[in-house]
Parts: sequence; structure tokens; C-alpha cells
Amino acid sequence: MNLFLLFLSALLVNNFVLVRFLGTCPFMGVSKDVDSAFGMGVATTFVLVVSAAVTWLIEHFILGPLSIPFMQTTAFILVIAALVQLVEMFLHKTSPGLYKAMGIFLPLITTNCCILGLAIMSVQNAYNFIEAVVFGLGAGLGFTLALVLMAGIREELRFADIPEPMLGAPIAFICAGLLSLAFSGFAGLI
Amino acid sequence: MNTVLVSLVSMGSLAALFALGLAVAGRVFSVETDPKVDAVEEVLPGVNCGGCGFAGCRAFAEAVSSGKAPTNGCPVGGARVAKLVAEILGVEAAAPVRRVAQVLCKGGLEEAKQRGDYDGPEDCRLAHATQGGDKACAYGCLGYGSCVKACAFDAMYMSDNGLPVVVEENCTACGKCVEACPRDIIILVPEEQGVHIRCRNLDPGRFIRQVCSVGCIACQRCVKTCPTGAIYMQDNLARIDYDKCTNCRKCVEVCPMKTIVWQEGKPLVLEKAAVS
Repeated sequence: MNLFLLFLSALLVNNFVLVRFLGTCPFMGVSKDVDSAFGMGVATTFVLVVSAAVTWLIEHFILGPLSIPFMQTTAFILVIAALVQLVEMFLHKTSPGLYKAMGIFLPLITTNCCILGLAIMSVQNAYNFIEAVVFGLGAGLGFTLALVLMAGIREELRFADIPEPMLGAPIAFICAGLLSLAFSGFAGLI
Repeated sequence: MNTVLVSLVSMGSLAALFALGLAVAGRVFSVETDPKVDAVEEVLPGVNCGGCGFAGCRAFAEAVSSGKAPTNGCPVGGARVAKLVAEILGVEAAAPVRRVAQVLCKGGLEEAKQRGDYDGPEDCRLAHATQGGDKACAYGCLGYGSCVKACAFDAMYMSDNGLPVVVEENCTACGKCVEACPRDIIILVPEEQGVHIRCRNLDPGRFIRQVCSVGCIACQRCVKTCPTGAIYMQDNLARIDYDKCTNCRKCVEVCPMKTIVWQEGKPLVLEKAAVS
């Protein structure tokens, strides 16, 4: 039950994008159509889950025993960068269309703060291995959910009659704000 | 000292491990790319300006290789790149026509009247969206230099009179300034063309005189004078058909408002195939 609550908390109540405001760069950048938003979400989820597992192992079997906790950021970024490279190669090989649609935002997953944020948070909250992975999965799916929701809204916006100065980024930011406001309604859930 | 050593060794071996893993993954997931596309991309300028109409140099290289774009499609690279691309692909290079940007407005601070003050940000688009800006002419240059800011090649600057000036040697016809101008004043014209009608105002002549001292009043003298029929009237504005203009400059002499200008240094005579 605890695991489920943790999952739900990462997914909705403390949604990484809309409540914690981590990883807003791809949230605005890759939310123009649902397909690439979904692909971006899945790629980020993969990186989040694997990096949650690997960083947990590194924290508990390397940084802890060697008592060099100050190397945390370096080690974690190393893990994330390597994983993103892996995902990029994999996508380039298996799905060139998706690779093209995500463009520069794919390598930029490296600098997506929700990934480093997740790794550091799971250390701070002293999660065990299973909890860390579930936390990562919840965060990833929450990220995907936010991206797909936003992409859906922006697809609809294309047909809306928007005043000229508000076209493009301004109206997208307003929508993002409203979406975030709506997510704050989950606050009482747990 | 010990801590430093431990950090170095542990992080170093971790990095080496990941590097090894990535090297293996690189082999497994290696993607065969078309060597032709790679070669074409190599000779392109690589600034990803998008002037060719494709999303960056790589996309253009792919389009050229598959025959979807002409070899001279890169406006930045010009003739030199067109030739190299054609060599790589083994086709005849299409004769490139170098084009440069021309600003079709002469109404600077001295010539054009103001109708109010604009205190907003220095941006033509914002000024245009704010009740059409501070110039009395609703078609003319707003003078806030959005085109100059858009130019990535230092090919434009604002004159003291508040009009953009094109440095033609640097202009690559990438079209960024054309896009940036909210009033569509800038066009791309073959470099050899030296006669330009620098006005975009579609209002009848009597209104022009109220807002600008150098605007086209649609008197049609140029249309009657032009020996090759290159000038025609449309919506109260004289327009030039660059396919027919031979740089003879007769229209420049008769224009009462000095709207039509001759650029010094351009070829004095242009051979044009007779248009029936």
C-alpha cells in the first residue's frame, strides 16, 4: 500500500512538472503534438527508472561505503548522461521518425532537472531500492501525463481563435499555468 | 589526500565502465547513414539558418541527395557550395542567381511624418501590433530594426535616418529579415538589379503626400516611360517586374517623388531575353 501511495504521490500529487516545476523545458518544447510528446515521455520515463535504480546502487555501494557523499552530483550526472546517450542511440536505430521529432530535446534529457532531482530526492528521503524505482516510475509516468495533456491542449489550440499577440508561446504558458493550478487540486488526495 | 584518491579512482572507474558500455552500445545500435548525405552536409555552411526552407543543413542535405531540392538551394553557400554539392551528387550545377535583400521604403525620420509617440519595446512587430506604431504611414518602415536583429550575417544596419541599410556583400538571401518585417517591406531581388521602387503604400496619391515626402503617388509616369514594360500599376502602387527591368534608369529620372532609386555600382545595362 505504501508503494502505491508513493507511486500516486509522484504521479499526481507531487507531479514533477506541474507541481514541483522540474523539467519544464521539454514540457514546453516537445508538447506540440501528442505523438512526439508521448515518445518524449516514454524516453524520459525510461531514463528516470533506470537512473533511479543505478543511482541508488551507486549511492549505497560506492558513495556510502567510500564515504565520499560530496561526489553525489558528479556521479549521478555521469549516470544520467550515459543513459541518455544510450536512449539516443537506441531511438536513432529503432525509430528514426521519433528521433527526428524530438530533435535537440532528446540529448537535452541529460540536463532535464527532474532526473537529477529525482535521484537526489530519493537519497534525501532514504528510500530503499524498490521504493526508489517505484518513485522513478511514478515520476516518469507523471511527466508523460503532463506532456501528453499539454500536447492535447495545444493541438486543440491550433483551431482556436486566439488574439494575435497571444499566439504561440504566450497562450501555451497560460495553459500550462492553468494545468498546474488544476493539478494543485490533487493536494488533498493523500 | 586519501579521500581525493578514492574519489578519483571510484569516479574514474565508473566513467570508464560507462564509456565501455556506450562503446558497445554504439556498435550494436550503429545506424547506416547515406555517405552522400554526409558528404553534402560536410560542404554546407552548417549554420542551420533555415534559409533553404528545410529544418537545418542536415535536412537540406537529405533533400538534395534525394532530388527534392535543387543543388543551388542553399542561399548562404551560393555558387561555391552549389558547385561542390553538384560534384558530390554527380549532376550539373544549376546556375545560381545571387539574390540580396532590398528595403522597399524610403520614408525615414526626415521624410515620413510621425502621428504619435510609441514608448514600447524596440521591436517592429510589437510596434506594429500596438495600433500600427508611431509612423503616419501604415505601410512604411517602423524603424525599430527587427530586421537588423534578425540578420545573422551582419548584412544590415540602421541608418541615422532610421531606415535599415543592406550591406550587399554580406547578404546571403537567407530571408530572415523578410520574415522579421511585419510590414513586408523587405524582398529578395537578384543582385544585378539596380532600380527599385522603394514604397509599399497602397493609398491614393493625395493621402501619400500627407504622410510622406518620398512615397509613390501613383502618377504612372514611370509606367509610361519604361521602354520594356517592366513597371505596372497595382492597387495605387507602381511595381517593378525584375524579369523585364534592364536597369535603363529612365523611370528614375521621371519619378517626381524620387521614390524610384538607382543603386550606384550596379551594371548599367542588363541583357534580358525579350518577353513576348
